[in-house]
Amino acid sequence: MLARDPLPPAVFEVDRLVLDYPTSAGIVRAVDDVSFRVGEGERLVLLGPSGCGKSSILKAVAGFLKPASGVIRVRGREIKGPGPDRIVVFQEFDQLLPWKTVRQNVEFPLRMASKLTKAEIRERTEATLRKVGLERALDSYPHTLSGGMKQRAAIARALVTDADVLLMDEPFAALDALTRTQLQGELLDLAEELGFTLLFVTHSIEEAILIGTKLHLLSPHPGRTITSLDTHEFGREDAGSARLESLSREVHDLLFSPKAKKEILEHV
Amino acid sequence: MSDLSLTGTSEKSQGWIRLRDFAWNSALVRKVLVLALLALVWELSARYGGKPILFPTFTATMAALWEALTSENLLLASWASLSVLLKGYVIAVLLAFVIVSLAVVSRFVRELLQTLISMFNPLPAIALLPLAMLWFGLGEKSLLVVLVHAVLWPFALATLSGFESVPETQRLVGRNYGLRGPSYVFRILIPAALPSILYGMKIAWAFAWRTLIAAELVFGVSSSSGGLGWFIFRNRNELFTDKVFAGLAMVIIIGLLVEGILFRIVENVTVRRWGMQR
Repeated sequence: MLARDPLPPAVFEVDRLVLDYPTSAGIVRAVDDVSFRVGEGERLVLLGPSGCGKSSILKAVAGFLKPASGVIRVRGREIKGPGPDRIVVFQEFDQLLPWKTVRQNVEFPLRMASKLTKAEIRERTEATLRKVGLERALDSYPHTLSGGMKQRAAIARALVTDADVLLMDEPFAALDALTRTQLQGELLDLAEELGFTLLFVTHSIEEAILIGTKLHLLSPHPGRTITSLDTHEFGREDAGSARLESLSREVHDLLFSPKAKKEILEHV
Repeated sequence: MSDLSLTGTSEKSQGWIRLRDFAWNSALVRKVLVLALLALVWELSARYGGKPILFPTFTATMAALWEALTSENLLLASWASLSVLLKGYVIAVLLAFVIVSLAVVSRFVRELLQTLISMFNPLPAIALLPLAMLWFGLGEKSLLVVLVHAVLWPFALATLSGFESVPETQRLVGRNYGLRGPSYVFRILIPAALPSILYGMKIAWAFAWRTLIAAELVFGVSSSSGGLGWFIFRNRNELFTDKVFAGLAMVIIIGLLVEGILFRIVENVTVRRWGMQR
């Protein structure tokens, strides 16, 4: 259940979402009755073990999956299929189109879905690529970039549009630990500077607490809401702090131990 | 003293090694070397065989080729074949693109296409020639029908499997920007499947060449446009074996040029440059 405080206007909301997958053994329920809402500039992280349907929820918000029941609204309008108002950053490095340079990849959504002139598109693309630190790789093809640079380019491709919400599906999961920490920091800086609204999926508890202003915890098989937590006071300066560690442990217990879950929830 | 002479030889051999490495690393040098070696084997085996009327030497063939080029309009005959070939090839490739694009959108068309491919791909194009001649008479039309058949199925097969193996993430990226229908096919599927498409074009090119020469051999006699196949057929009848070989050599040379230069260039500016193919 969500809190009944006066709610800030939601950028998007998911209402009693149910997702099913057809398999050879019949229909399998992936997500059962999940609801949340995300306000302007909020960063909601879906967190849970594999099989909790967090990626499925993100795919449904992106419009790639049709809900079995429930509604997804962006700025009050029910979504019908995918669209450039919700740009996705995937985990896979091959999300950059290999036949386009970094610049062309970032320009691509603008050229497809905006009414900007050529000069404006060029200017915006370059400005965004500067923001993610790729100004020197403008005209490189993706196969010449490192994994971290590829993900930076994919983030730039999402930022360059005026999307209502950015959807990130474990964007740092395939990176080495050092690059991952660096990109998490950079994403937070960008979020502070630009104030974008974000739906972020991860299975790393620390990453969730650092990136998110709100966590939404899910249990597996099928994905159900455990609880949601406010973590907006945690920033990158908390990385490795005792405060963050104790919250991580609490979240871990909520996710993985049913007994502790009960106690903590009753305590709250 | 011995040190000096040692560095001397090693410098010399270093220069040699550098030259050798350069040669090995140049695809052109390697290719020319292979061709020269094959020509040498041909020359030697023909000389020891000693029956020039059945198996002329490499040098005799080259002389005949030169003669045919300069005084018998072999280039014109080659162009006659090539122009028919290009017509059939382009028609079939465009047709395949349309059908395969429809197959991507509709499951029914895909089923239809897959069935047609498994029915017709094993059918030798030349086996259709008698039927084509019956329907369309002796002329370019029949040749085109056979050519289209030779190109369409293998190319459609390669393109379809290329489209089907486009990474899921790239499909989702395209859909994420709201691409549908033709713009989805042109902006995502075709470039993403280009390695398979080029592979299919190469295979289809070889099939088309084979089929056309064979078809010309069968009815070149009564065809007004004398192509390469007709040139070979005519010289075989008069037992000019060296000219038969010259005609065959022309077929091979054109094939090598198209494969080694034209397709190579296209690959270099696309799939190799993009890191999609090594």
